[in-house]
Amino acid sequence: MSEPILTLNNLYTDIAQYHILQGVDLQVPRGQVTMLLGRNGVGKTTTLKTIMGQWTAKSGEILYNGQEMTQMPVSARARAGIGFVPEDMGIFRDLTVEENMILGCTSGPLDPKRKDWLLGAFPALGTFWHSEAGNLSGGQKQMLSIARAMAEERQLYLIDEPTKGLAPAIVSTMAQALRELKAQGASILLVEQNFSVAKALGDTAAVMDDGRVIWNGDMAELATNSDLQERLMGLSMEAH
Amino acid sequence: MIVNLLSGDKPRSAVLTALLVLILICLAGAPFIFDGVRPLDTAARICIFILLVASYDLLLGYGGIVSFAHTMFFGLGAYGVALASTHMGRGFDALLVGSLSGALAAIVLALLIGLFSLRVRAIFFAMITLAVASAVAVLVSQFSGLTGGEDGLTYKIPRVLTSANRMGEFLGTRISGKILNYYLVFTCALILFLLLLRIVNSPFGRVLQAIRENDFRAEAIGYRVVWYRTMATCLSAATAALAGSLFAIWLRYVGPDTTLSFEIMLDILLMVVIGGMGTMYGAVIGATLFILAQTYLQNLMGGASEATAGLPLIPDLLDPDRWLMWLGILFILSVYFFPTGIVGRLREGRSA
Amino acid sequence: MAAAPDHKPTFAALSLSERLDKAMPVLLVPLLVVLGFLAIGTPSSWMTLTVSGLAMGMMIFIMASGLTLVFGLMDVINFGHGAFVSVGAFVGVSVLIALGDWTGTASLLLNMSAVFLAVVAAMMVTGIMGWGFERIIVKPVYGAHLKQILVTVGGLIVVEQLIHVVWGPDEIFITRPETLKGAITFAGAAMEKYRLLAVAIGLVLFIAMRMVLRRTKIGLIVRAGVENGPMVEALGYRLRMVFIGVFVAGSALAGLGGVMWGLYQEVITAGMGEKMMVLVFIVAIIGGLGSVEGAFIGALLVGLMQNYVAFLEPKLALVSNIALMTAILMWRPQGMLPVVKAK
Repeated sequence: MSEPILTLNNLYTDIAQYHILQGVDLQVPRGQVTMLLGRNGVGKTTTLKTIMGQWTAKSGEILYNGQEMTQMPVSARARAGIGFVPEDMGIFRDLTVEENMILGCTSGPLDPKRKDWLLGAFPALGTFWHSEAGNLSGGQKQMLSIARAMAEERQLYLIDEPTKGLAPAIVSTMAQALRELKAQGASILLVEQNFSVAKALGDTAAVMDDGRVIWNGDMAELATNSDLQERLMGLSMEAH
Repeated sequence: MIVNLLSGDKPRSAVLTALLVLILICLAGAPFIFDGVRPLDTAARICIFILLVASYDLLLGYGGIVSFAHTMFFGLGAYGVALASTHMGRGFDALLVGSLSGALAAIVLALLIGLFSLRVRAIFFAMITLAVASAVAVLVSQFSGLTGGEDGLTYKIPRVLTSANRMGEFLGTRISGKILNYYLVFTCALILFLLLLRIVNSPFGRVLQAIRENDFRAEAIGYRVVWYRTMATCLSAATAALAGSLFAIWLRYVGPDTTLSFEIMLDILLMVVIGGMGTMYGAVIGATLFILAQTYLQNLMGGASEATAGLPLIPDLLDPDRWLMWLGILFILSVYFFPTGIVGRLREGRSA
Repeated sequence: MAAAPDHKPTFAALSLSERLDKAMPVLLVPLLVVLGFLAIGTPSSWMTLTVSGLAMGMMIFIMASGLTLVFGLMDVINFGHGAFVSVGAFVGVSVLIALGDWTGTASLLLNMSAVFLAVVAAMMVTGIMGWGFERIIVKPVYGAHLKQILVTVGGLIVVEQLIHVVWGPDEIFITRPETLKGAITFAGAAMEKYRLLAVAIGLVLFIAMRMVLRRTKIGLIVRAGVENGPMVEALGYRLRMVFIGVFVAGSALAGLGGVMWGLYQEVITAGMGEKMMVLVFIVAIIGGLGSVEGAFIGALLVGLMQNYVAFLEPKLALVSNIALMTAILMWRPQGMLPVVKAK
């Protein structure tokens, strides 16, 4: 197997006086979907934000394509090919859907083929193409946030709970889009609370607790072993 | 007893204590230690500005709020005394009525501004006070029938407080009403300063500082941030107005330039930052140094400017009129490098 | 699986009152103009005052636009913005005085060339100065409002004093170029040519600024940055560079405003920028800090108000603007077109 696209080694991050990440070790294999799982408040979102650079790691290293980028500014990480869908979606509400999408392309105009693909995957965005993004529904905003991250080809996508609070129909739309994205060769690190989505999408999985990764392995193994789920997350997938 | 007077807020530095004692002795004995009219006038100004700057420190250093209307409140007190003395005739009743109504007006205005701007964001306060203060300054110069306009007002104060009142000799110094007047200023300033020290060390002062550190958290704990900030604004305004009244009693003259101008606002800012924000004693050090420099250093600059007259640009930079520029530079540097001012430095030096 | 039809359009038609609420700030300008007409009574005076009010408003807008955008983008409040106004005026006026032959003859071409050169020089100097000001004064105090206010006030003092060092302690009087002197009469109302020019320049600038903000990518980045800076960075844009660009542009515009104001008043002083800041702040606050459109409307309101009231009751001119500000803040505490921060 080729080297992982992203490797976190012993990462520590503090927010104010709180020690949120306490030695995260994680590998995101190239071309795969990696699920980042765990209960609320164990540091999943902080891990993504530290990778993106929105929080600065206190110690440890972040290797992207084998290169150390712990001190790189946020924008340089994005330009190096990392797409980010934050938990709050980060939609520019005063801008139209189209303008949001344009901003997703840092290196030039929106490629028409890619636009067609994205609008095929998320038809609602086409309907409201010229409307202010602030007027979209929650699900549509989530789609826009993901579509914007995909607006130009990136190597690695960090996606924070894309299905939170969404209706099942949209969840499957979303999952399909992520599958297509993977088929194009992208790597994805996905924070997800919805286990059926995690089971359907994930190739590998990492489970966090108390600011550390406590288990790492195949998603399939985790999905079929309810004892393991119980032990790692205190609940079993059958319950869902 | 002394610690109690200081509300338990000790200077916490030997050098600072020595400086404060020295300043207190010089100010308390000014009429006997120094000769002539000018030193006495300087000492009176120092007393008044210590009070004015300390009242500003309550707002800026303890409340974390920047106001540009402090001279407006200062002016309200000064004009209060001036108008009362003009219309009620000379007399202590006029001084009292003028001072109190000036302070009352300051409180009402501060309450209005505070309720309006602090409700939204603290940064509005700085901008709105700037706007209101300049409007008031314009009004004062326009309604010259009442205020004397640009020329200001000259009025009489009780004869007891003027140099016409000769009271014999003491320790080789001729005691006049002027010296009595000085002690009126000195005593009032001292009492009000100790009162301010009491306020910032009270539970109210502590909440105010908690709000300065983190207003979201203070609000979350249950403190009404707007109320505390507005109260601080009112207290600070009232004290500034009283300082203005003292100034008016001392000078027997008020005018826009001496009480309301933006330049004085800048002076106050410089004094509080250089002395040390949020320390109260910083006001004492800052005001004393500033007034002394303003009075005596400008002569020095004049000399330097003349001495370098042959060089290009340098004499212009050293011109006494340019001394504000050097203060500005000093001001920027102190905000960057010594945000705790002289007092903060002295205290660090001790603990290091 | 029960499909939840979330794809349905969610836009309900806005009710009339909602529409009116949205349009209200824009309607305030014509409303004030009509009120002005009713209060003044004589159409010719009203027209003269309206033109000078609009001219004044446009100039204040030019000065305020940079300040409000700088705040919106990086949460930086620059109390030293007025320094650029003063410096712009002194540089521009120096150029005009140096080109006295061009401004003294009644040739529109020569006159306008002189004004053009003065404006270019002023904007270049204040633009460069803005860049330095950002690096030296503003950059070390990002994120700390209190220090920002103090340090930028310090910067203002130093720049004002430097003006005295370079140009001397006295005010400088300047006459307008020949072809910009005098007034044209229309329907019995005398309207100064220079004021008409100021209105035209202000309008052109406002439209250009709107175009840049709405139609260009850099404009999109600026607008998105005002709303949610961290996300703009996460998409791969260096917001700090954008901010420096806006700061420099805003400083250059303040310089332009300074030249225009100097020619309007026909006298310049080192303290003029500091004085203008009062109106600039009022405009930025009532418009909604961060909103260029809000600043435009606010500036027109302030300009008109000032001129109408100065005619009706001269002593209350500046106070009327405080009253205007108070009224608008009572109606909308965040200003007319508040910028909603994503947080």
